[in-house]
Amino acid sequence: MEIILCPLVIALLKALLGNKINKWIMSVLSIATLGLVIKVYFEKVAALNSGIWQTLFDKPWFSDSIRFTLGFDGVTYLLLLLTSILTPIVISSVSDNRHKFIIPLILVMQSALNGVFMAKDGLMFYILWELALIPIYFITLLYSHKDAYITTIRFFIFTFLGSLAMLASLIYLYLKTGSTSFSYEALINVQLSLKEAILVGGGFLLAFAVKIPLVPFHIWQADTYTNAPAQGSMMLSGVMLKMALYGLIRWYMPLCGESISYFQPAIMVMAVFGVVYGAIIALKQNDMKRLIAYSSLSHVGLITAGLFSLTLSGFEGGMLQMFTHGINVVGLFFVIEIIEYHYKSRDLSQLGGLAKHHKLFTILYFVVVLGSLAAPLTNGFPGELMLLKSIFDYNSLTGIVAGLTIILCAVYMLRMFQLSMLGESEIVMNKIDTVKLMPLFIISAIVVYIGLNPQSLIDVIHPSIQHIMEDIANSKGVLS
Amino acid sequence: MLGIFQNIEISHYIYLSCVLFCIGLFGVLFRRNAIILLMCIELMLNSVNLLMAAFTEYMGDQNANGQMFVFFIMVVAAAEAAVGLAILVMVYRNTKKTDVSFLDGLKD
Amino acid sequence: MNTLSIILGLPLLGFIINGIFGSKIPKSLSGGIGTISVFLSFIFSIMALPMFIENPEYTIKLDLFTFLSFDTFNLRVAFTLDRLSLWMTLIVTGIGTLIHVYSISYMKEDEGFYKFFAYLNFFIFNMLLLILGSNFIMLFFGWEGVGLCSYLLIGFWYKNAEYGKAARKAFIMNRIGDLGLLLGIFMIIQQFGTLEFTTVFEEINKGTVSVNTLNAIGILLFIGAMGKSAQIPLFTWLPDAMAGPTPVSALIHAATMVTAGIYLVIRCSALYVLSPIANEVIIWTGLSTAIVAALIGLKQNDIKKVLAYSTVSQLGFMFVALGCGAYTTALFHVTTHAFFKALLFLGAGSVIHGMHHEQDIRKMGGLKSKMPITYYTFLIGTLAITGFPFLSGFFSKDEILTIAFNHNIVVYILLVGSALLTGIYMFRLLFVTFFGEYRNQHYAFDKVHESPRLMTLPLMILAVLSIFGGLLNLPHYLQHEGGILQNWLKPVIGLTHSGQHEISFNTEMILVSIAVLVFVTAFILTRMRYISRKQVPQEQTPTGVLGIISNKFYFDEIYDLIFVKPFETMSIWLQQVFELKIVSKISYGIHDILRFFGGLNKKIQNGNIEYYLMFMVIGVLILLGFNFFN
Repeated sequence: MEIILCPLVIALLKALLGNKINKWIMSVLSIATLGLVIKVYFEKVAALNSGIWQTLFDKPWFSDSIRFTLGFDGVTYLLLLLTSILTPIVISSVSDNRHKFIIPLILVMQSALNGVFMAKDGLMFYILWELALIPIYFITLLYSHKDAYITTIRFFIFTFLGSLAMLASLIYLYLKTGSTSFSYEALINVQLSLKEAILVGGGFLLAFAVKIPLVPFHIWQADTYTNAPAQGSMMLSGVMLKMALYGLIRWYMPLCGESISYFQPAIMVMAVFGVVYGAIIALKQNDMKRLIAYSSLSHVGLITAGLFSLTLSGFEGGMLQMFTHGINVVGLFFVIEIIEYHYKSRDLSQLGGLAKHHKLFTILYFVVVLGSLAAPLTNGFPGELMLLKSIFDYNSLTGIVAGLTIILCAVYMLRMFQLSMLGESEIVMNKIDTVKLMPLFIISAIVVYIGLNPQSLIDVIHPSIQHIMEDIANSKGVLS
Repeated sequence: MLGIFQNIEISHYIYLSCVLFCIGLFGVLFRRNAIILLMCIELMLNSVNLLMAAFTEYMGDQNANGQMFVFFIMVVAAAEAAVGLAILVMVYRNTKKTDVSFLDGLKD
Repeated sequence: MNTLSIILGLPLLGFIINGIFGSKIPKSLSGGIGTISVFLSFIFSIMALPMFIENPEYTIKLDLFTFLSFDTFNLRVAFTLDRLSLWMTLIVTGIGTLIHVYSISYMKEDEGFYKFFAYLNFFIFNMLLLILGSNFIMLFFGWEGVGLCSYLLIGFWYKNAEYGKAARKAFIMNRIGDLGLLLGIFMIIQQFGTLEFTTVFEEINKGTVSVNTLNAIGILLFIGAMGKSAQIPLFTWLPDAMAGPTPVSALIHAATMVTAGIYLVIRCSALYVLSPIANEVIIWTGLSTAIVAALIGLKQNDIKKVLAYSTVSQLGFMFVALGCGAYTTALFHVTTHAFFKALLFLGAGSVIHGMHHEQDIRKMGGLKSKMPITYYTFLIGTLAITGFPFLSGFFSKDEILTIAFNHNIVVYILLVGSALLTGIYMFRLLFVTFFGEYRNQHYAFDKVHESPRLMTLPLMILAVLSIFGGLLNLPHYLQHEGGILQNWLKPVIGLTHSGQHEISFNTEMILVSIAVLVFVTAFILTRMRYISRKQVPQEQTPTGVLGIISNKFYFDEIYDLIFVKPFETMSIWLQQVFELKIVSKISYGIHDILRFFGGLNKKIQNGNIEYYLMFMVIGVLILLGFNFFN
């Protein structure tokens, strides 16, 4: 419970004190949530080995049927960890003149996201899922250009339509339980016929596919990332996308396992197509944010494909990659924010030769780039290895197509790095304050640490993933 | 308890409160002056109050639940009138009008 | 302390020290640290040597921690030092040390001095990872790592955007190969469920796996090798990689990294022995590379580019040997090639240094008198590569030719042709650079100077190695019990092709004579042209066949046309047209539909309370009426 409340309290503090505390203090304060997450982990560490989703907190909310139930296991822990690592970093990137509203909004969002990852009650999951949308809506609306209004609306409509389908599915499942409970345990035991499963699962998939986003549903993504302030893009791509991927593993697959084999080929094709599609578009983008948006499209496509391969390595690699993609993409947006703040442009055709201005910045930037292009000894590598392996196991053709990402990603990432940093140019850039690079330094450290020892994360999620896979197998097994 | 109430048929009460309610309703619908509007609302509430009190008496409810509600509604009505008038004063200060048909800012 | 951890750890330590404190310590110190770390690594590898000599099966293992465990595997960070990896380690650290020494002087003026040494050390570390890794993932780690270092070092002078492009090209071409390697690794996982070298090869030797699978795996792994070892079609990055500082070209793009592909095939010899189709693919790829690169080398005028194409061509030779199953021979050629090609590159570096960064051989000439040590060492290198009898290159190349003869006469003839071309372009380079008249107007002849001792010392050591390198694996007719290297590798490579034993002494002598004849022909032809007739390569590009050759067979242009341009066009089209015009329209369409319904509602919601109340009352009436009539 305190994991959800803590960011809210900090947000309230900021809202009350206003300009009296600056972003650095806020950033440090928000680390408290990280502390809480880790504390809970160590309290529960013994129980986590069973892989069962532990209940942390359980109280009736609206009535007995809609309860406020918080669960905790390895998967949840990893995502909570991601959220609470990223939030301080995102907060620290807020530029000085706009921190008044954006920081509380980010914190409210963090609280809602934490809730989503822990929700053990169907309706609570849905409510918090929507709740997380509200702060991001205001972040994009308040801090972007005037003409970005329509983009924001579009983003909102799209995700809302998706969520609506999910709500319908949840209610249908609820009616089928035969009891008056939205709890995970009740929903998971519902037996569906194939037709029902397809409809219900379709509802879930629609919500998740919009948010991930899978290719035909990605229309909102690039514009929103480009127009939103960097903090918005960070929260969106760093954490919010993971909400949908998490939803796939935790909610869609175990609940509507009957329909997985029906959707699997289509989703695989969509996801793998998205991998290549996003990468190809990213090849020639000049707007750095747009480039990252499309690269993100490509990366999450890979994760989705891995998850839908339904193999252990796919799930674990997917989870690992969710974590690392979050870290890397936030790192990249952070870099863009720094470049834009100090040079007032993020257009690759205008940038160049920035390397000579700040050596440490160049190194950190390069480390993050390496992480995203999955170079060994960085965090991108193990996840991508496992994902590609699982996709290759599913079908060697999809494996080869998805494998193109390691070539294309190298092309556009290095292009971005070189066009912005290398070469000779007369660009005058304001001096970068080394303190500002602190968060980026932390990100790089994480990049290298996970690159060296990914097993530490795998160990955390392994029992839970296995448990979830059993659930999925049970759910699928009803039919056969 | 023998009261004057039982001497009058219940139907009369109903007719009276219906008439009062309709007067209030039509006032609300067709008058534009905000003060009259508030008064009409008050009238509607009170017609319901009257009915409530009458029904309680005829039902012979020992706990007087209806009367309880009457008080409850009165309190709410008072609060509502206070808030409504306060808004009205503010509106008047800004627009020098008490005509509600000009207040269509909600549509934006 | 395990020897292995020291061998691996020292270059890493050097990298870390130079990377973190490099900018704060004096140049001599950071250069010293870089050099000594590699040198100590070399010493420790030598110290391990006696144990390996005593016991052929001896291995040193280092098992650190679990990197990743998924499905049923447990990928461990583990290293194994056996005879094969020890041999490679000696080459890498030995030549690495010499090149480090050379670089101290060569890079003296550069502002990124410490960075250079940090990168070099990191490269050595990654190369050792590649060689010493005891499973495919460790190999892949090093594989990608050296690619990364190569990227960093090619683009070392980052202010030049062209160099950056060359670096990117190298990295991406390598990545294409890496994809093949990765897919090969996935297939191995599918088939064997493990990635440990020993287990995989044991499984293969059991003969339970179908030949088709082995062929597929073999070809996929070879695609990886093609990328790293610059074989057709993935070879165009290597000549461009000459943008990097010359010591880098010597170390990475001649002596060590590019031979990683060879190492991979040798390491997987158990697999390749059983996959005939993969072998044919290797032979023909290697052969075509050997010829095409040699042809292109004929018409290059940049001293480093000639050497680069020569490297590509020689790598082709090695692959032919591998395809024929002669793993020892290939490794032998790797070794001798490392000696003389490093020597030639460092010599070229010395020339460039003396000429103040001039690389065009048309602007050189007559440097013999000014740079005697460079000249003589370069001469030795040239003689070694062209196959002057009893120098190192003579033995190794002759062995490859013999094996090719044994395998397929067509391959042999083409390979001899390629060897002839090697002779021609190398002597052309030698004569044009060091003989004749000095031809550069912009840089006075008097200013040309011999390089300092720190640079000539490695040249001399390498020259000695180039001369005597052949002793490492003397052919059968000189040493009956087989060459040192062949005996050395016997425990590692179970099934070695024993080509030499199958042909008679007389045939062998004929083959040797042909090789010598090739050398003499090349020498005489080139000498007539460049010394006797004093010809100099022309400025204008020739037409016809020669034009195609001097334009490098238009490889770059063709790739540009087939791969780069379509992708770029597609990228722009998808974004500008597809995303903006079509997909966006759809999404705005949804938006418009919603707006339309919103517009209908808007009429009712006019903001006037009276209307709201009216509707409310009507609604209540309807409800009441509904109730009433029911």
